Amino acid sequence: MNNSHGQNTRFHIRDCALVRLSTGLRVQTLREFRDALERVPAASVYHHFWGRFLQPQFDEPEYNNDFAAWAYRGLHEKALAERLSVIDPTEYEDIEGVRLELLERVEDYLYENESVIWAKTDEQFYFVQSQLVVLDTGKCMVHPRELVTNLKEMSLGSIFYHFIDARRRTQQKTDDFSIWLEAFGPKYNGLITVFRSTDPYFSSLKAIREKLVRECEKFFHD
Amino acid sequence: MTRKEMDLLERYSEIAGREVVDHLRQLSSQLKGMRVVHVNSTRQGGGVAELLAKIVPMMNALGIDTSWEVIEGTPSFFECTKGFHNAIQGNTVVLSDEAFQEYLRVNAQNAEKLRDKLRDADFVFIHDPQPAALLENIADRRGKWVWRCHIDCSRPYRPVWKFLRRIVCDYDASIFSTAQFVQPLPHPQYIIAPSIDPLSEKNMELPKDEVEGVRERFGLDPDLPIILQVSRYDRFKDPLGVIAAYRIARKIVPMQLVLAGGGASDDPEGEIVLKEVQKAAEGDPYIHVLVLPPDAHRIINALQRAADIVLQKSIREGFGLTVTEAMWKSKPVIGGDTGGIRLQVIDHYTGFRVRSPEGAALRIRYLLHNQEKRMEMGQRAKRFVRENFLLTRHLREYLALMIAIFHGLEDRIDLTRP
Repeated sequence: MNNSHGQNTRFHIRDCALVRLSTGLRVQTLREFRDALERVPAASVYHHFWGRFLQPQFDEPEYNNDFAAWAYRGLHEKALAERLSVIDPTEYEDIEGVRLELLERVEDYLYENESVIWAKTDEQFYFVQSQLVVLDTGKCMVHPRELVTNLKEMSLGSIFYHFIDARRRTQQKTDDFSIWLEAFGPKYNGLITVFRSTDPYFSSLKAIREKLVRECEKFFHD
Repeated sequence: MTRKEMDLLERYSEIAGREVVDHLRQLSSQLKGMRVVHVNSTRQGGGVAELLAKIVPMMNALGIDTSWEVIEGTPSFFECTKGFHNAIQGNTVVLSDEAFQEYLRVNAQNAEKLRDKLRDADFVFIHDPQPAALLENIADRRGKWVWRCHIDCSRPYRPVWKFLRRIVCDYDASIFSTAQFVQPLPHPQYIIAPSIDPLSEKNMELPKDEVEGVRERFGLDPDLPIILQVSRYDRFKDPLGVIAAYRIARKIVPMQLVLAGGGASDDPEGEIVLKEVQKAAEGDPYIHVLVLPPDAHRIINALQRAADIVLQKSIREGFGLTVTEAMWKSKPVIGGDTGGIRLQVIDHYTGFRVRSPEGAALRIRYLLHNQEKRMEMGQRAKRFVRENFLLTRHLREYLALMIAIFHGLEDRIDLTRP
């Protein structure tokens, strides 16, 4: 199907799966953490912010990234956990920007606290990275109205790929759905606004899917 | 695909969700026609055999030509590999040169028998140390070889690990259950958590009368709540700490404690711990120390379903699949704050993590006092397991790993590109 500008507007639904790999790096003190953070692959920083969506996690986490969770549970430094938790990766140009921000905050904390900050041996932090396998589901949408039924049936891998992973893939740094809707002209601006104001960082894939379905139903039924 | 294989996928689809099985189909379509061989050292008994008994037919049902081979060994070979097992878990185990030689000899012998199959396979998964040395005997292998370590390898006994390390170094990749278990090796090390099979005897739904039947069978009081810990009689599982917690809690709330574990005839240390537990329980009619045979899966299942609260008060734990099993049965778990328990027991949500008998006692009292909270936590626990620790997730990660290994170490493997 082509839109009024003659562009092909098929939306190919992709899916993805994630496998976790050890980086071989583990740390026990905050200073070691700082040093390791500087040299771990970017994929590891990304994983500890976003990879948690596709791996075992409880859907109401106390802290939004693994670094903050360790600062609280491993180092027992609540203030540091709060400072790391508030970093929202969607606000940065790329993952290197996130890394710099993390380093900045950890260094500030080290400067403010002269004592050695450490975790017990069995509470070390293990830097992990992941590989993302992207697949074509063979399904596609030609009209925005199809979002309602397709979103309902989408796997969590598809939601991750199109709603979260899209932010590091696309020029606009936003989700694939709203970019697709843009191609149909201003008619769908209301829905685009809702999609773009849905904060993925403080949610779970399931909750994101439910919200998108709800918003689409509302939009198309009104 | 046979009717039986199709039915198998259908049954998992009913439990884990259609989208989960559809996702497996998507992934496996990239691997169709490949030949995969899993190798371990026993067809029955133990978690690895249980896993393979399900994963192999499921992979076949998904169109991947998968077989399961079991190596044969001598008593001295298995004595040596039992030593490996204990050493990997951190025990000091001194093995003779003859034991190492026997290990290598048995592997070479099995390699001869399995040569064609192993050489031609696209993927070979070698489970645990027993068959690890097969690889060095198949020099003309064509596929990728992965060593899957199911054991807690966080602090292996160095002399034994040095020997094994030399053997597993040549693999294309290895898999460990958690990041803590990973040992430095010169190849990619994947992390795949264990899982439970919701259709197995240990986890399947049971008729109500069978669940109630365990009360009568073991002389449990029908009017008292049941606090249960299922585990080997092992100091790391802290059964004496469980009794201490029960004693503190019972001063306020009436209850009964069931400790259920396997026989310990082949484990001298286990025998000693069991005696200590029996002595500590002596004279208290509300403590039931059960010694069950290794195949008592349905009984364990029924006990877990009959329990009001499940404890796993370990002071050291690998992953803790008994925690997963209890959570699958909608039970809140009071677990030791260690190892894989931390991945499963989310404090105040799916249960409580504790570091002392006093802590456990406090949480027992709290949960017995708040039935609504107990139910709510139990429901959350079941949902958490459904989403994260079922066999279908385990298989998904195996399939993704196979695709990843074939495509190199890139962060992103995009199979949608022409």
